[in-house]
Amino acid sequence: MTNRADTILYLDGVSVAFDGFKAINNLSLVLKKGEMRAIIGPNGAGKTTMMDIVTGKTRPDDGSVYFDGTVDLTTHDEAEIAILGIGRKFQKPTVFESLTVEDNLALALSGSRRVFDKLFRKAGTEKDRRIREILETIRLTHRRDWLAARLSHGQKQWLEIGMLLGQDPKLLLVDEPVAGMTDAETEETARLLREISASHSVIVVEHDMHFVRELGVKVTCLHEGSVLSEGSLDHVSSDPRVVEVYLGR
Amino acid sequence: MISRYLFENGLSPRILALVAVILAAAIILPALNLALPESHPLHVPTYMISLIGKYLTYALLALSLDLVWGFCGILSLGHGAFFALGGYAMGMYLMRQIGPRGVYGNPLLPDFMVFLNWKELPWYWSGFDQFWFAALMIVAVPGALAFVFGWFAFRSRVTGVYLSIITQAMTFALMLAFFRNDMGFGGNNGLTDFKDILGFDIQADTTRAGLLAASAVALALGVIVTARITGSSFGKLLIAVRDAESRTRFLGYRPEMVKLFAFTTSAVMAGVAGALYVPQVGIINPGEFAPANSIEVVVWTAIGGRGTIIGPIVGALLVNAGKSWFTGALPELWLFALGGLFVLVTLFLPKGIVGTLQEIAASASERRKARKADAEAVDGEQASPVGAE
Ligand SMILES: Nc1ncnc2c1ncn2[C@@H]1O[C@H](COP(=O)(O)OP(=O)(O)OP(=O)(O)O)[C@@H](O)[C@H]1O
Ligand SMILES: [Mg+2]
Repeated sequence: MTNRADTILYLDGVSVAFDGFKAINNLSLVLKKGEMRAIIGPNGAGKTTMMDIVTGKTRPDDGSVYFDGTVDLTTHDEAEIAILGIGRKFQKPTVFESLTVEDNLALALSGSRRVFDKLFRKAGTEKDRRIREILETIRLTHRRDWLAARLSHGQKQWLEIGMLLGQDPKLLLVDEPVAGMTDAETEETARLLREISASHSVIVVEHDMHFVRELGVKVTCLHEGSVLSEGSLDHVSSDPRVVEVYLGR
Repeated sequence: MISRYLFENGLSPRILALVAVILAAAIILPALNLALPESHPLHVPTYMISLIGKYLTYALLALSLDLVWGFCGILSLGHGAFFALGGYAMGMYLMRQIGPRGVYGNPLLPDFMVFLNWKELPWYWSGFDQFWFAALMIVAVPGALAFVFGWFAFRSRVTGVYLSIITQAMTFALMLAFFRNDMGFGGNNGLTDFKDILGFDIQADTTRAGLLAASAVALALGVIVTARITGSSFGKLLIAVRDAESRTRFLGYRPEMVKLFAFTTSAVMAGVAGALYVPQVGIINPGEFAPANSIEVVVWTAIGGRGTIIGPIVGALLVNAGKSWFTGALPELWLFALGGLFVLVTLFLPKGIVGTLQEIAASASERRKARKADAEAVDGEQASPVGAE
């Protein structure tokens, strides 16, 4: 396969079973440094489970998972993996509802994660500048003081992407970012992700084909826990196996 | 900007006002008891002083529960255990102050040990003749128990109902242990017949007034500590853990450490409350570990308003004042009244009394702001590209 040294994410022969059901089945997937990849696949294909494995939430039964060419992710837990530089946006937008938009971002900003620093240290101007920058990027400047609970569904998705930016990870895993968004919001999101991908490696899971086309990147189609087809969107969507999986439902 | 500065670097005006009220009570109530003749209409009788002093320790207990439940989402059904442990530490000091004045006149052994035919003081009773040592144990024992308990529970990711159940099991187990005579804590009867504290007669009006004042000061300190913790950026993290614990993990935080800190701090506060409670009621027995006690604390906090600092204090004071009145007038109905109140508040005021009032105030000021913004927006709407709100 590809030389592991050039990869940001390297999955080889990964399997995981839940009560005997193989959610991920001998999955191999490689992401080069700086690459953005779109992942499609029918419901239950294992897309979210793949992200769970990469972020340390689920331990694979088998196979190897490497980050940045050398780091064996199966030996780290969620917090360590986050600090190593992998950020994640959840399928169901998960923000801290009773904190303001600003505080959500402040918690995500890279910096000390130690309890006692949090108790006694004050936010600096540098932090404030970054928060303003991110708010600008995710178009929530005017909602800075709102409680996150009051945001629309689409805005919560954006806030969560903003939190990812605050973490400034090397690799972003973005699970269904445009679910529940209007067409205009979807297009904005595609534009934003393209912008982010200029300086980060990104994996985007999405069902919305229009959105995937907007991204204009290599596509991987998962099915029953392994790769069914890989290539340009046109290549993948004309692959008879992919067509069958989508139509055969 | 200025209010933001106050909030981040000091205490909000609301908290300062609360502290002022509590401290005023610490001065005025004892004064009304000690300085006014009994015939005076404003005279506060001594039994009332002890009653209010007891309520203040309950308020501190409720506040400590709120720190973990209201702000961090850990529903502890065993907080009475920390309160009782603080109480026992104080009780042991008070027992040793009795000295040779006990019924059996033994200069070293408390009466119950003489009665059990014990010949020497168990090792864990040594040191308790010193107040400083007892004071240390009042914070160290509940704190250490909470730390060890939390270390195992939070690290193995026990959350929600399961965590509540094991906290309840913890206090139940302690109750059973303390009931045993051979534990050396007075068994069934607990510790009582106290004579004096720090050399002052425990029955004297001045001592009672002093204990009320001490309870009020402890509560005020509890308020300040809680406000500082919840107002710091760590407080934001507490709320984040409450709202979406696993999300904080994927941001690189360790929610188990956050919870451990809050739980331990809270247990120390509860221990101090218990220590102030015991000299005012004159007894500590294993009944204080009863699971029902811990559940009552949850009810006070819920009724007052969890996740606010004033709420649990208001809840503890109101419910206990109600309880004192009820148990005088209609004793057999009290538990039904408490249960009914809890159900009503949960259904109709899920944020509790204070939480609901704050919400009303907040939405009023929000509307005022919105009206002002509308007036300004006439100059030209600023479009938001994300649109759809
Ligand atoms: N913790 C778990 N326990 C048991 N089964 C699980 C667990 N997590 C996922 N599964 C199962 O694994 C399969 C893959 O789920 P996954 O969520 O990864 O699919 P997905 O590709 O993200 O689907 P969708 O498009 O619906 O989000 C599903 O059948 C799911 O029910
Ligand atoms: Mg999914």
